[in-house]
Amino acid sequence: MALVEIQNVTKTFKTKVAGAQGEVHALSGVSFSLERGEIVAITGASGCGKTTMLRIIMGLEQASGGSVMVNGKKVNACGYDRGMVFQHSELLPWRSAIENVAFGLELKGMDKPTRVAEAARYLELVGLSHAAERLPHQLSGGMKQRVGIARALAIGPDVLLMDEPFGALDAQTREGLQNELLAIQAKTQQTIILVTHDLDEAVLLADRVVVMSRGRVAEMLDVHLPRPRPSLAALRGNPEFGNKRLRLWELLKTEMDADARKAA
Amino acid sequence: MMTTDHTTVPVSIRMDLVTILMSRRFITLTSVAIALLLWEFFGRQVNPLFGSYPSAIAVAMVELTLSGRLPSAFFQSLQPFVVGFSIAAILGIPIGMLLGRFRFMEAAFGIYVTAGNAMPLIAITPLFMLWFGLGFTVKVAIIATLSFFPICMSTWSGVKSIPKSLIEVGESFVGSRRAILQKIVLPASVPYIMAGIRLAVGKGIIAMIVAEFFTALSGLGGIILTAANNFETAEMFAPIIVLLTFAIMLNAFVQWLEHVIAPWHVQVTGQED
Repeated sequence: MALVEIQNVTKTFKTKVAGAQGEVHALSGVSFSLERGEIVAITGASGCGKTTMLRIIMGLEQASGGSVMVNGKKVNACGYDRGMVFQHSELLPWRSAIENVAFGLELKGMDKPTRVAEAARYLELVGLSHAAERLPHQLSGGMKQRVGIARALAIGPDVLLMDEPFGALDAQTREGLQNELLAIQAKTQQTIILVTHDLDEAVLLADRVVVMSRGRVAEMLDVHLPRPRPSLAALRGNPEFGNKRLRLWELLKTEMDADARKAA
Repeated sequence: MMTTDHTTVPVSIRMDLVTILMSRRFITLTSVAIALLLWEFFGRQVNPLFGSYPSAIAVAMVELTLSGRLPSAFFQSLQPFVVGFSIAAILGIPIGMLLGRFRFMEAAFGIYVTAGNAMPLIAITPLFMLWFGLGFTVKVAIIATLSFFPICMSTWSGVKSIPKSLIEVGESFVGSRRAILQKIVLPASVPYIMAGIRLAVGKGIIAMIVAEFFTALSGLGGIILTAANNFETAEMFAPIIVLLTFAIMLNAFVQWLEHVIAPWHVQVTGQED
């Protein structure tokens, strides 16, 4: 059985516009699965339901129907088998970098000396040992997101969930962090689900790309690139990278054109 | 580069002078000095029944201090203030947090806090005297009631303004409601709690004097009212100046406390000088 099984998940939001009750189908039957050690990217135009899907897997939102299974257990709420990396890192501003990494361990009930040692280990993994005592506002955007990654990894989740983790960073920082994530994954074999709107990022990082459109899975693309992967710069000339990038772009473009026609 | 060294010295002195002149403390002190001079000048033109001026107030202050009346009145006023203010903080902070965190509590009790914040002090004082008598207790009750509302409301709105995403961090690490309250909501609302406490200092001091006027005449309020009845205007101002100084110092103390408890907020918002 796969590590993560998403079966026919639906999500309906009730809306009320000018007194009229309405329903929005954010997800209408999404299914896919992940094996241990895989990286899957979910991409799609904005409003396709990719972030909602991730939040349901995390347990921050409840599905209206269908099921999410992680390691054979049905997901109803948040749990330590899943670790979340937020889009804007969401570090606690009054805690130093190392205290932020230790936050999940603290809630898990780990005693202080052990969790400090654990947190230090994960800070080292993301290359931030030197900034352990700094407060979040003393860290750059890229460093904050590294702390966010370390915080999520520290609890030892079966699957790491990332919500557009590099979307708010500048291009150079983003490439650096993408490479670092690949390196960490090569070392730890961490299973990752990553939501992104960046097509380069999706193909670079993922073994499989789930393309979503209007709450459904429009297509699943297997990316046949070897692991460990070289950097984005080195992959640019690779024909497999180019083909998959192009295919993704076509899928999204068709949809955007359709939307534009509808709007016109 | 001897030649450039020679010219940089005066420039750096000029820069230091500009820095000093533009520093907040210097501007504040200058402002106070000018205000006192203007008051001294125009105050002397006025009949001493209707007004006073700084030098006369200073003389009255020295006399009142040497006779021991002013210090003992100050400590008499201070006691109910400290007790009442502590009660307000001890009740106001947790109640504000409950209102901000639990929708049921907010719906059921928020309306009383909102209404209570606008309560006219003078109107409730007679009733409080019936309930608590004329002594120490009624003063504590009046000060506590008046200081409670700004602390509670500020904490309440502080909790409401915490970004949902920060709460979700707690949820995603499987934090219990209690853990989220303690480890996220409480530290995140410290700046708001401190703002509420600073607002409450002003309200509490007003409450303290009103309580002294209306109940057993005592403390600084007692000196003010006695002096006013005898048309000793300068003597009336002396305890008022003590009160204002006390308020400013207390405010500075709370600000310092915020620097200690929540240095991150001060630095994030760039309030440091």
